[in-house]
Amino acid sequence: MDTFDRYVLLLLTALPFFGGLALVLFPSSRPVLIRAFTLLITTVTLGLSAYVFLSYDRSRGGFQMVQQFAWLPSIGASLHLGVDGISAALTLLNGIVAFAGTLVSWKLAQRPKDFFVLFLLLVSGVYGTFASLDLLFFFFFYELAVLPMYLLIGVWGSSTDFRTFLRTKEYSALKLMLYLVAGSVLVWVALLAMWVDGGDALGRSSFGFLDLQSAHYSANFQKLFFPFLMVGFGVLAGLWPFHTWSPDGHVAAPTAVSMLHAGVLMKLGAYGILRIGMQLLPEGAAAWAPVLIGLGTVNVIYGAVSAIAQRDLKYVIAYSSVSHMGYVLMGLGTLDAAGINGATLQMFSHGIMTALFFAMAGVIYDRAHVRDISVFEGLAKRMPVTVGAFTVAGLASLGLPGLSGFVAEFMVFVGTFRTYPILGALAVIGAALTAVYILRLVAKAFFGPLDDRWRGLTDASRLEMGAAAVLIAFLALWGLYPWYIMKVIDSGVAPIVQRLASG
Amino acid sequence: MPGVNFNLLWPQLLVTALAFAVFGADLLMRRPQRALLVWISAAGLVGIFVFTLVYLWGRNTTLYDGIFHIDNFSLFFSAFFLVIAVVVVLSSAQYVRQYLTHPGEYYGILLFSIVGMMLMAAAGELLTAYVALELLSFSLYILASYARNEPKSNEAGIKYVLLGAFSSALLLYGISLIYGAVGATRFQDIALALRGMEGVNSLLVVGIALVLAGLGFKVAAVPFHMWAPDVYEGAPMPVTAYIAVGSKVAAFALLLRLFAEGFAPAIDQWRLLVAALAALTMTTGNLVALTQTNIKRLLAYSSIAHVGYLLMGLAALSPLASTGLMLYLVGYAVTNMLVFVCAIAFYNREGKDEISALSGLAGRSPFLAGAMAAALFSLAGLPFFAGFTVKFYLFSATAKAGLLWLAGIAITNSLISLYYYLMVIKQMYINPASQPTPLRLPWPMVALLSVLVLGVLFVGIYPRPVVDAIQAATQAIFPGGMLSTP
Repeated sequence: MDTFDRYVLLLLTALPFFGGLALVLFPSSRPVLIRAFTLLITTVTLGLSAYVFLSYDRSRGGFQMVQQFAWLPSIGASLHLGVDGISAALTLLNGIVAFAGTLVSWKLAQRPKDFFVLFLLLVSGVYGTFASLDLLFFFFFYELAVLPMYLLIGVWGSSTDFRTFLRTKEYSALKLMLYLVAGSVLVWVALLAMWVDGGDALGRSSFGFLDLQSAHYSANFQKLFFPFLMVGFGVLAGLWPFHTWSPDGHVAAPTAVSMLHAGVLMKLGAYGILRIGMQLLPEGAAAWAPVLIGLGTVNVIYGAVSAIAQRDLKYVIAYSSVSHMGYVLMGLGTLDAAGINGATLQMFSHGIMTALFFAMAGVIYDRAHVRDISVFEGLAKRMPVTVGAFTVAGLASLGLPGLSGFVAEFMVFVGTFRTYPILGALAVIGAALTAVYILRLVAKAFFGPLDDRWRGLTDASRLEMGAAAVLIAFLALWGLYPWYIMKVIDSGVAPIVQRLASG
Repeated sequence: MPGVNFNLLWPQLLVTALAFAVFGADLLMRRPQRALLVWISAAGLVGIFVFTLVYLWGRNTTLYDGIFHIDNFSLFFSAFFLVIAVVVVLSSAQYVRQYLTHPGEYYGILLFSIVGMMLMAAAGELLTAYVALELLSFSLYILASYARNEPKSNEAGIKYVLLGAFSSALLLYGISLIYGAVGATRFQDIALALRGMEGVNSLLVVGIALVLAGLGFKVAAVPFHMWAPDVYEGAPMPVTAYIAVGSKVAAFALLLRLFAEGFAPAIDQWRLLVAALAALTMTTGNLVALTQTNIKRLLAYSSIAHVGYLLMGLAALSPLASTGLMLYLVGYAVTNMLVFVCAIAFYNREGKDEISALSGLAGRSPFLAGAMAAALFSLAGLPFFAGFTVKFYLFSATAKAGLLWLAGIAITNSLISLYYYLMVIKQMYINPASQPTPLRLPWPMVALLSVLVLGVLFVGIYPRPVVDAIQAATQAIFPGGMLSTP
């Protein structure tokens, strides 16, 4: 299987990409064929990403399944693919969410061909970003993952009427796009600076991650450029105060895109901070960690308080994402093994839980055509499975032991208490606030007597239930048995912590 | 006479002969037969393209005592111009039939301008370069006003002539000052004189600034860009495409050779000037483009912005930056060709060039909308398209030359540009069509567009062959390998 190992990451990235291109040639009049083909692609990529995750050798660590193709030797750029424990776990996450996303978009009626083409391109960009060991291609795939969002939201999204003003889908799509590209402006500048400076240190130009890791940047350089990466990637990770694109964007997006975007794309941001920011610029990270963890705490509290104030079901979930990404940022900011491990597991677990949230919110919106929590009552009577799955996501979100959110948040708390006890206390308060908005929502909208308006609602379809089942299975699996994934993640985190400690 | 060898100018002579052949055929042919002129011109150009590559491959020599350089650099650009000419000729066919009279002269003058461009890339001496530039410019003045019954086209021609003449005067004045300062007009002699010079020579700096201003007019760099939007809007659309792509590539070929072979030793005296010009050009172009409603004017300002990026490569002058600049020219040319051919195809059918007329195009012609979207994404610098790769290369090279701040301004500018490109995408994909009738394209258009889309993807995904060719061309103008840049 050695040859296969060397090509699996390329295959994983290329399959959705060329699958998406092939889809262009399908006749628009045969939507069933288009969906079936998309499902085939996402099923195979889920299998491949599971293979990557399971065959990753935890005891050996380091980058595995490495493959390199020269691209532009004159500037030292090559298509260099490989995964370590962190990216292997996140690759699996992308496989799961893309698969579940395909299932819940089954009934999409408007221009399904165009939708699935863009959807597959997006998936391909995410796989590529996680697998890239070359900064140019990292950026290449990162942009590829952002690019289809504009059309996915602008064409297939939904507008929200706030009575006093209207948040149109076009507005949300443009806002998301401009914020994210503004973030990548900062990232790009930092990458160029690292390429120039690293090239001087190495004596040759290289965008290679491993090369640049051995180029020792001066402390001043690191302190100057770490914030570029922190803020640039932070925009995508929902870092306060640059998070405002995220609620608008996620609410306006169609269900599968919300799932993929909140579930996986936001993790690209946090992954970028960890992989490029902290691993390549450890001294810069050490200097700016207090800011990162401070902003992360604001994220947690601010997101939770905002979620309490929302009436729109999707806005509650979107702000809860902002809040939960705060734990990820806090975990990274601790620079502590437990904290970073927790942050990475939180990326995974939040990815699954928020995908489940958005999938079930999509099911409800699809049937009821409203998302206003205040008008819902007693939905559990008509949609027991949907409500049950939503509640599981909610429990994972508030950190119920037995689901993966608990393990992740607990580790983040441990890391934070070791380094910044006061912020740790605030983070625990944030978890309590999560319980407030989740339990209130569940009690108000789902339980209690059934309102006559909702008597005609039907429960989730088989495919939607299938999507929910897959997602719940992983929430429970990592909640009850976190050791396997923790060892994989730790094999990637340990070298980073070591670099941070040796500065 | 020593050093006289006409043989090496065969490509230029053949294009000239082709131009006369087209003029002659136009006289002899009856009206309906004249549609054949397109194919005569295109086939002739393709033939000359092949001949040029075979005949001049690997030559490295100078002609007429260093007035012309026949090297990889001029070979690269000759081939480049011939490809551009083929695309412009083919994309003109339907437009000329529908909207213009006198096709023979149109194609003939177009061919003359190609000769001018090829001579510009080969010129190794200031006055020769000037004459070649004027051959190009006069052809373009005529072409811009070629729709002689259209008031806007006439206006475009007059504006272009007046401002063009003004810029020529600046250029000539600059040349005379440089001659006064160093006593030479050949690029290599200028460099030789500059190497022996101590301190800042104000005569020289003013001369270089005036040359820059004169050529800045030709490429529409801010603050010398005022003619561009009006000329772009008024000129017949294929001519607009030609001005936007061909004349700029030619002017940058000249600038690159002049600065690399001639002015390089005095780089400290002009670098900041060029850098400031670049920053001003890209920022102004992008900011003004935000408010445009006409696709031609939008593309005019967008191309001004791209000229800003290109000037950055000149400010960073080094073999790497020169490779980046030429790669950017390739990406810019193929992408702009694509977007203009899309606009021409649309105009041929609908007769409209407002951006709002594009609404709902994705439903009416998925192919045309897809091609246009690919071009716009490429212009915005998004991955998988030429724009991403060439921007990344050029910006990297700029940063490498110690101009990270300039690269930062350029990156910020590409964010601004994304907004107005997205507005066009939004018209095509999100807004509903005002009349949802399907829009069918003739097969030659479809074929041409497909080739251009493949070109945009090729440069974006597998740029290595192009970069290898460009590096060979770059070596010709940086004979010492790396020049003495700080």
